[in-house]
Amino acid sequence: MLEISDLRVSYPATEGRVEVVHGVDLRLERGSRVALVGESGSGKSVTARAVLQLDQDAAYSGSIRLDGEELLGMSARRIRSIRGFKVGLVFQDPLTSLNPVMRVGWQIMQPLVIRGVDKKEARRRGVELLERLGVAEAGVRFDDYPHQFSGGMRQRVVIAIAVIAEPELLIADEPTTALDVRVQAQVLELLRDIAEERGLSVLLITHDLGIVAGFAEHVVVMRNGLVVERNDVDTLYASPSHPYTRGLLRAVPKIDGDPAQRLLSVDEIAEETQ
Amino acid sequence: MTVLAVERLTKQFAGRDSPAVNAVSFEVQTGATVGIVGESGSGKSTLARCVAGLIRADSGSVRLNGVEVVGASPREKRIFRRDMQMVFQDPFASLSPRMTVEELVGEGILVHGLEKNSTKRRDLVVSTLEKVGLSAEHLKRYPRSFSGGQRQRIAIARAIAVRPMLLICDEPVSSLDVSVQAQVLNLLRDLHRDLDLSILFIAHDLAVVKYLCESVVVMSDGVAVEYGSREQIFDDPQHAYTQSLLRAVPVPDPSIERARRAARQQ
Repeated sequence: MLEISDLRVSYPATEGRVEVVHGVDLRLERGSRVALVGESGSGKSVTARAVLQLDQDAAYSGSIRLDGEELLGMSARRIRSIRGFKVGLVFQDPLTSLNPVMRVGWQIMQPLVIRGVDKKEARRRGVELLERLGVAEAGVRFDDYPHQFSGGMRQRVVIAIAVIAEPELLIADEPTTALDVRVQAQVLELLRDIAEERGLSVLLITHDLGIVAGFAEHVVVMRNGLVVERNDVDTLYASPSHPYTRGLLRAVPKIDGDPAQRLLSVDEIAEETQ
Repeated sequence: MTVLAVERLTKQFAGRDSPAVNAVSFEVQTGATVGIVGESGSGKSTLARCVAGLIRADSGSVRLNGVEVVGASPREKRIFRRDMQMVFQDPFASLSPRMTVEELVGEGILVHGLEKNSTKRRDLVVSTLEKVGLSAEHLKRYPRSFSGGQRQRIAIARAIAVRPMLLICDEPVSSLDVSVQAQVLNLLRDLHRDLDLSILFIAHDLAVVKYLCESVVVMSDGVAVEYGSREQIFDDPQHAYTQSLLRAVPVPDPSIERARRAARQQ
């Protein structure tokens, strides 16, 4: 349903432009969960943000097709109409993605209200969804402001806004990086349940190979603006083929690992394989 | 020998209902690595700051090599400020942008009067830099020309230059990329082994704490809910809170994660 081919993204620099994504291909089947993994500067977020062309000063080339429809070169108005309805977005920081002076309920209802759904009906569906996302007394909390919610609860509100208009694709950019480990586990579980219930495709952007193992079916590893490896999740973890992927897997301390086993940095792995 | 003995340390901030740190006790032996782990708001950073004397504790005792830190006189403070050094989370904020690497690493040596001869002082700075994987060629450079991982090496060099008895690290790797994180963790491990350095390591990441620390204090709402050896905390956690933390840590193995998810849904 989402097909990115030969995507290149560049930004203005002091002299000319700097290309940060150098020809990325990515496919997402309907209902599948794909993780885009990389360290900072890998271009993973830039690639994801390119789908809805969220960065004003970025220049794009290549092709991004959603349900066969080309998104690159589409008018800003048409792109806005896709956002929320066909593609939902969840970002890392739930505090900056919510409007602090609007009640959360109002924000959750917006995608439906804009679409012409009756306010009463929008509220009913909003409360129901918030309840499904594990917010206790959702009917009461609906009229609270974002600051009255904890970090994990705010991220549930952001997820509610992203999925209420029943998009087909959810782009989640580091959705749990700002959360504590137990809240992270709950939010990931919810995201996965919601995706399965609604047949939603999910593109998860993350630096954390731990959360990928339990969430994604397919994994795409990026480094320096290029895809270095792509595989199904079991193969990638069992037998990573690219030295960089092997490096990433061995650079992270594991909760079930033996502390006596020394971590290897990605550079050391690259040297080892040469 | 005990380097650090913390007993019933308590700190309550004005206007809060419950103490940020509530009667916490633990010890650090010479050459040991002790981890303090907890979620945000658990009081782990406040605890570290009280231990370092950056925040005044309300009650309880912190003894560094037998000398009481809580309520110490300015004269006594000068001594433990050398013996206890801190490394902070953000190496972009903790290093003055106007000082060269030589000034940053040499400052403590100068202030504490460890080496008054400037040539010898530079030699000491260079040998410290070499311990953290940097070299004399970096002396004249400013923090801005280093990456996050290198800056954290400079911060560690600055801390160990005065040969402290205890290194307190507050989330030293949580702002670093994973491959850089591995390098810094390995560096801390090597320094611990080679210099017999005692380390108090504060982190939210349980896997990181397991990798580095021989014993662990688990904090929740200001209370040390569990305190034990690495093996006991990770293989046989006793407190329900520790158990729930460990259950939530993702494992980078799809088959284990599938089994955990199936177990949760039952």
